[in-house]
Amino acid sequence: MAKVLMKGNEAIGEAAIRAGCLNYFAYPITPQSEVAEYLSKRMPDVGGMFLQGESEVAVGYMLFGASACGARVFTTSSSPGISLMSEAISYIAGAQCPAVFVNIIRGGPGLGGILPSQGDYFQATKGGGHGDYRLLVMAPASVQEAVEMVMLAFPLAEKYRNPVMILGDGLIGQMMEPVEFPDHLRTEPTNKDAWATNGMDTRNSKKSNLVKSLYLDPKMLNDHNLHLKSKYDQMKREEIRYEAYNADGDYKILIVSYGTMSRVCRTAIDMMKEDGLEVGMIRPKTLFPFPEKAIYDAAVKESCQKVISIEMSMGQMVEDVDRCVKGRRPVEWYGKCGGDVPTPEEVIGVIRGLL
Amino acid sequence: MAKGKTFQKPEALSTNHTHYCPGCTHGVIHRLVAEVIDELGIRGKTVGIAPVGCAVLAYNYFTCDFQEAAHGRAPAMATGIKRVRPDLIAFTYQGDGDLASIGMSEIIHAANRGEKFTTIFVNNAVYGMTGGQMAPTTMPGQRTTTSPYGRDVTLTGMPIKMCELLAALQTTGYITRQTVIKPKYIVKAKKAIKQAFMYQMENRCFTFVEVVSTCPTNWGMTPLDAIKWTEETLLPYYPLGEYKTPEGGTTDAK
Ligand SMILES: Cc1ncc(C[n+]2csc(CCOP(=O)(O)OP(=O)(O)O)c2C)c(N)n1
Ligand code: SF4
Repeated sequence: MAKVLMKGNEAIGEAAIRAGCLNYFAYPITPQSEVAEYLSKRMPDVGGMFLQGESEVAVGYMLFGASACGARVFTTSSSPGISLMSEAISYIAGAQCPAVFVNIIRGGPGLGGILPSQGDYFQATKGGGHGDYRLLVMAPASVQEAVEMVMLAFPLAEKYRNPVMILGDGLIGQMMEPVEFPDHLRTEPTNKDAWATNGMDTRNSKKSNLVKSLYLDPKMLNDHNLHLKSKYDQMKREEIRYEAYNADGDYKILIVSYGTMSRVCRTAIDMMKEDGLEVGMIRPKTLFPFPEKAIYDAAVKESCQKVISIEMSMGQMVEDVDRCVKGRRPVEWYGKCGGDVPTPEEVIGVIRGLL
Repeated sequence: MAKGKTFQKPEALSTNHTHYCPGCTHGVIHRLVAEVIDELGIRGKTVGIAPVGCAVLAYNYFTCDFQEAAHGRAPAMATGIKRVRPDLIAFTYQGDGDLASIGMSEIIHAANRGEKFTTIFVNNAVYGMTGGQMAPTTMPGQRTTTSPYGRDVTLTGMPIKMCELLAALQTTGYITRQTVIKPKYIVKAKKAIKQAFMYQMENRCFTFVEVVSTCPTNWGMTPLDAIKWTEETLLPYYPLGEYKTPEGGTTDAK
């Protein structure tokens, strides 16, 4: 297929359709309202459904109800909206239903700002809602990657029967880039008759299905949580995705960065290389599961003196990077979160300051 | 083995014993819903949605598919179901704390969008499950564990009348208030529930059956006194009857 020039938010909407997701619920919020605007036009063309819910709270549960009867569903929102959806996300994870959430992050806390940020790293990777659950979190660094990740998100959500989150920032949503759409996904959610409340007649069954998250018996709840944990452990074995950049040679500094921020770092790395300074980078594409071993291995390379997490947040991912490096190298942090993306020159200044 | 006319359990009800207190009306309402599901032959395409409240375990008593909602969110889940599977029959079963307090936004907007599902709203004027706290439907002066001196309406407002509130929306719908405290009421309540499911099957409108109910445990009354109090105190404030019917005539439920 030929490349088309598209805004990130619209490409995300189109990617969902091509992933066979024809059910979309959303509530407007900057900087992702273009997804709803795009899909409100596009869904009728493809026989799909779009409903603007009365709040992100309701949207979260519309997804839950629809997903629980076996439909492929997704929503898009931005930080304050994701906070409101977090209740439903916890229930969906607890009830083991697949669903895809896209968070085009804006600055926080509170109303924060509408410019790009990565301030929802903790919310996405450590919880947000209550209880012991995890999301599979993917962070695109380009519009093309956003498309690919959205299309991957649906089969992964179905494989694990767990919500998947795409964590982009305002820039990913707003920028125009050429994209090439992969072929339509031809898969259907498999095995849904075993659990979905799609009506006994639909699955020719005499046995009713129940989608729930309540386990009043302590042993049953513990067993349930152990089962959920086994899925998260399986994600750690099978779903880690990352990119190593300029990481073959003898670099003095290792950057860990993701999303839009990693693109700036990449430019900075190229510029420093021209000046004879080697800097490597690990770019997590999945934030959960986190590329723990890749970061450790890259950090303990003999040439590497220091590791730095560069993020558009006030020191969130650095806690994970620090955990991965296990004290073998000093771990530093640099970040900004008002909405200005640090420039390559700024990054270079920070890196030189480490030497 | 059974010969002649025996008391039969509806197919849509399981053989599990309910956990409801003696004299609680939840059990009667479950049975009416189950009978209607049987009579309409829709068990195989019905999805119930349990609330958070005393009826959270309703799925243990029904034999159709069930989802369990978060507190107050059942109408949003039912919306999700009906938007992606309009051929399924969905009903929410909600208490007054669940529906008229924390879930007020979800029910109003679902009703206003004219979502084609059925809500069974069990109004017992109190939070049952959590031990008898004040609900939005608690009567003026009524003592609860969080209004120990009686509900002071100057501080907490008047009890909310859900049928009247929903009937005020401009969207068409079927909105009715019933009770099940005596056989004469039960017959009418069942008819209303059946009517609601039939409208849903015809894809007509949002359908809402409020059932004024008892909670002897948290009212601190015997079941008989609870019935008396319902009749003398609740029914005058919450009048029974139809508050809205869809345009274009009714398809009468028998
Ligand atoms: C978000 C949230 N807040 C509070 C609760 C606690 N809670 C459980 S049931 C309930 C009240 C239920 O009362 P009602 O809806 O009137 O139903 P009833 O038990 O009387 O049938 C509350 C407050 C909860 N489970 N979730
Ligand atoms: S607490 Fe009240 S509403 Fe709950 S089961 Fe007992 S009587 Fe019924």
